[in-house]
Order: sequence, then structure tokens, then C-alpha cells
Amino acid sequence: MAYSEKVIDHYENPRNVGAMDKDATDVGTGMVGAPACGDVMKLQIKVGADGIIEDAKFKTYGCGSAIASSSLLTEWVKGKSLEEVKAIKNTDIADELELPPVKVHCSVLAEDAIKAAVADFQSKQ
Amino acid sequence: MSTIITPIYMDYSATTPTDQRVADKMAQYLTVDTAFGNPASSSHTFGWDADDAVKQARQDVADLINADSREIVWTSGATESDNLAIKGAAHFNTRKGKHIITMKTEHKAVLDTCRQLEREGFEVTYLDPKDDGLLDIHVLKDAIRDDTTVVSIMHVNNEIGVIQDIAAIGELCRENKIVFHVDAAQSAGKVPIDLSELKVDLMSFSAHKIYGPKGIGALYVRRKPRIRIEAQMHGGGHERGMRSGTLATHQIVGMGEAFKIAKEEMATENDRLLMMRNHLYDGFKDMEEVYVNGDLEQRIAGNLNISFNYVEGESLMMSLKGIAVSSGSACTSASLEPSYVLRALGRNDELAHSSLRFTIGRFTTMEEVDYAIAQTRDAVEKLRDLSPLWDMFKDGIDLSTVEWAAH
Repeated sequence: MAYSEKVIDHYENPRNVGAMDKDATDVGTGMVGAPACGDVMKLQIKVGADGIIEDAKFKTYGCGSAIASSSLLTEWVKGKSLEEVKAIKNTDIADELELPPVKVHCSVLAEDAIKAAVADFQSKQ
Repeated sequence: MSTIITPIYMDYSATTPTDQRVADKMAQYLTVDTAFGNPASSSHTFGWDADDAVKQARQDVADLINADSREIVWTSGATESDNLAIKGAAHFNTRKGKHIITMKTEHKAVLDTCRQLEREGFEVTYLDPKDDGLLDIHVLKDAIRDDTTVVSIMHVNNEIGVIQDIAAIGELCRENKIVFHVDAAQSAGKVPIDLSELKVDLMSFSAHKIYGPKGIGALYVRRKPRIRIEAQMHGGGHERGMRSGTLATHQIVGMGEAFKIAKEEMATENDRLLMMRNHLYDGFKDMEEVYVNGDLEQRIAGNLNISFNYVEGESLMMSLKGIAVSSGSACTSASLEPSYVLRALGRNDELAHSSLRFTIGRFTTMEEVDYAIAQTRDAVEKLRDLSPLWDMFKDGIDLSTVEWAAH
């Protein structure tokens, strides 16, 4: 299977890899997927007092497309409001990374991850 | 230090390059100045020359497995041989019964053939292997019924390289008057096969797994006691009526030459491959959470199937740009299911997803093995730094107790 250049770039130079304190009140954590399915994505956001996402980190177990989807998403969400990031659709990610149909589930997982992170943050407020 | 030319090929169980000696020989049976004739043309020298070449190749194939050349039936490859053997024997023996026994770790050429027979009204029992990939003979014994007509067990598994005890299985089948078929696509030329001793009735072979060309294979059909099968391909009555179709002289000559070379070089080649395989495994032994899939002793020399836990196989292969290997990861298959072979061993899904299959062969060098070790270690380290599962493992969390949001 041939990957797009964007997938390869994110895979080889993943942005914003890391972890934040999941217990901090200004941090929202979303972990989705399952090892049995071959991908697990952990996405974390740090939200400022103004409701804008200051920082984002990820760790992903999965194929190259899953890693690229989560890496791209951390770039996109920084500087955005929670409402704005909730509007991000998996198709936006799939289009940007030129994912083939068999890999679209990776972008679905990324959308689920950011929604879960936002929900986690909001439940702490 | 010598230079490494990438990509390095470490997928010899998928296919092998045709040996130059084989290719040179094949070229003598194609063009106008060579022996291009139809081996079935019995009225002129073009046909006679081609027929002589086919006879010699038949003898060379038979010699590797200590069989009679009249027991060799040419086919298009091991898949066709498996189909011809299993369907042919099952259909021929319907008066005795319609029960077939095989294993869950067989190649798809056997499993899908059995599925087809199920659709035709046959009953098939799919045996589980032990955790090491080997068949427990008692499990087979218990599965045999009065109406069992065919047992099909592969000699060497294509994914994990384990070698089944076909001598013992053959004895059991012969005692019970059951036709025993063995898919030997991955074992011919790698494991000694003596069909004068083994109680094997039908055996499938492929040329391209052992440095011959693709598109040619053979089925061994035992003469004493005589095994009868129904033809699947009808036509001019070639191959004693068992497989019609004009013989592909150049392909057949290629297979014969490949098998001849294998007979001469197998012992020294195995020593060399085993040394390199052990070196490869030694290169990973000190890493955490590394598991060899399948028994390491009852295994062909050129295979190392290994799981790097908490790293997904496809992304691992993506990192190994300079090395051609394969993985049991779901993401490498169209079905999105991880390797059914590893799952049949009782490996959990994570380990199945995390597996790499290195298969080395005739043209692999020690420098390439060293390169593969270094590349793989770097990639695993990089991907574990990226893996939330690795973090959880390091934090002492038992992943089996986590409630996952499966998708």
C-alpha cells in the first residue's frame, strides 16, 4: 500500500508527541480504540482560562495512518476553542492526509479521540 | 564494512528470486533456436527434445523427495496441487464417507478448498494446534471417524515455519485407511523428505518457494499403495488424466533444476541459514516484551516470526523502509483481521498485531542481518515512545483489565 507524502511526513516527524497530567483540571484526556483492533489513540488537550486550547499531546499505538491522523489533529486543535474542535470531522482528516478507504477508520478514531478529550475536560469543570 | 544495498529482501517465504542457474536453463526451452516444442508432439524432434527435458525434470523433482518420477503430476503451483489433492481425493472416496480433517493454521489454499467442499456437503474438522503451532497427534486421533476419508496437514507453516511430524501423522492415517495429503510448499528443499519412508499419499509442491519460477508446481500421487483422485482439469488427458493442459516445458525445466540444486545444496544452505537466523534472534533477545511465535526447535532454519509487544506491525514495517518483511498485523491485510495463524496459537490480538515475519534465504548475507537488527531495534524504540500501551505497561497496568472502547 502506498502512503501519501503527508502521512509519511507525520509518521516520520510526529508533532506533539507526549503526555500531560491527566488529573490536572485544565487537561482533557481522550483514549479511544482497543489493542485487539490494532489501534489505540490517546489525545490530551490543555485548555486556557479563555476556553482556547493552549497545547495538545498525543500517543498512538497503530498503523502509520493512525499515527498521522492523531499527529495532524494535535496541530489543528491548538489555538482553537472547544466548540471549533468539536466541529472537526473525520472526513477533514481523511481528505487532508489522502487516506485510502481501508484507512478511513483511523480518521474516525481521531475524531472520537478529540471529542472524548473535550468531554473529559468539560466533566472536570 | 561492505555496503548494504537496500531494500533488503527478507520475505523468502512469500517467494524467492529465481536462481540464475535456473533462469539460464529455462531460456533453453523458449525461443525458435531452442527446444521450444510441445512435449506431447510425438512425431518430430522438437517434441522429443522437449519431452526429454520434461522427463529429466520429473526425475529431478522425484529425486529430491525420494519418489518415483511416475508419481509426479505437474500443476500450476501449490494452490492447484492442494485443490487437486483434496477435492480429487474427497470426491473419489465419497462412497466411504464425506469427512475431512485439517488444521486451523493451514494455508488458505487448503482452508478455502475445504470450505468449498463443505458447501458441496462434505463435513470438515479444523483442528487447533498447540501453543507452539504443532499438532498434538492425540487430537487428530480423537477427530478420526469411520467416515473420514482425507487428512490434510501442512509440512511447514508459511507464517511461523514450524515443522509438523508428518511421519507420525502418516502412520495414523495409514492405520485408519485415510488418504493423507501434505502441503509441502514451504518445506521442499528446506527439510529432508523421503517418500519411500513417509506414509504420505499426496504431497503438494511449488517451484517459486525454492528458487524456481512462479507458475509451476507439482502434486505427488503415490503409486504403492495406489492413490486415486478425480481430475479437476479436463482436456487432453495429460499427466495420466489427472491434470490436462499442455506442459509448460520451460517452467517444468526450471522447477526440475531448482529441485536438483536444492538436493545438492540443502544441507550446507541450512547450516548457513540457521547461523544467520540465530544471529538475528540474538539481536533481539535482550529487548523487553519480545516473543517468538511458534516452536523455535521444530522450525525451518530461515524463519523468525517474532512479536514486539505494544508496537503495531504495520507501522513497524513502515519504519523498516530498507527491509522487505511481512507482518501478521490486520492493517496489512484487506480483511482488517490479524493473522489467523497466530490467533490459532492462542496469541492475543495485541501480539498478533505486533508480529513481524523475517524469512531469510540463499542470497541473504550476515551484513544484511546486522542491518535488519539495527533498523528493527531503532524502529521498535521509536514506536514504543509513541505508544500509549507501552506507557501503561511501564506504569504496571494490566492491559487485559482495561475496558477498551472497541470500534
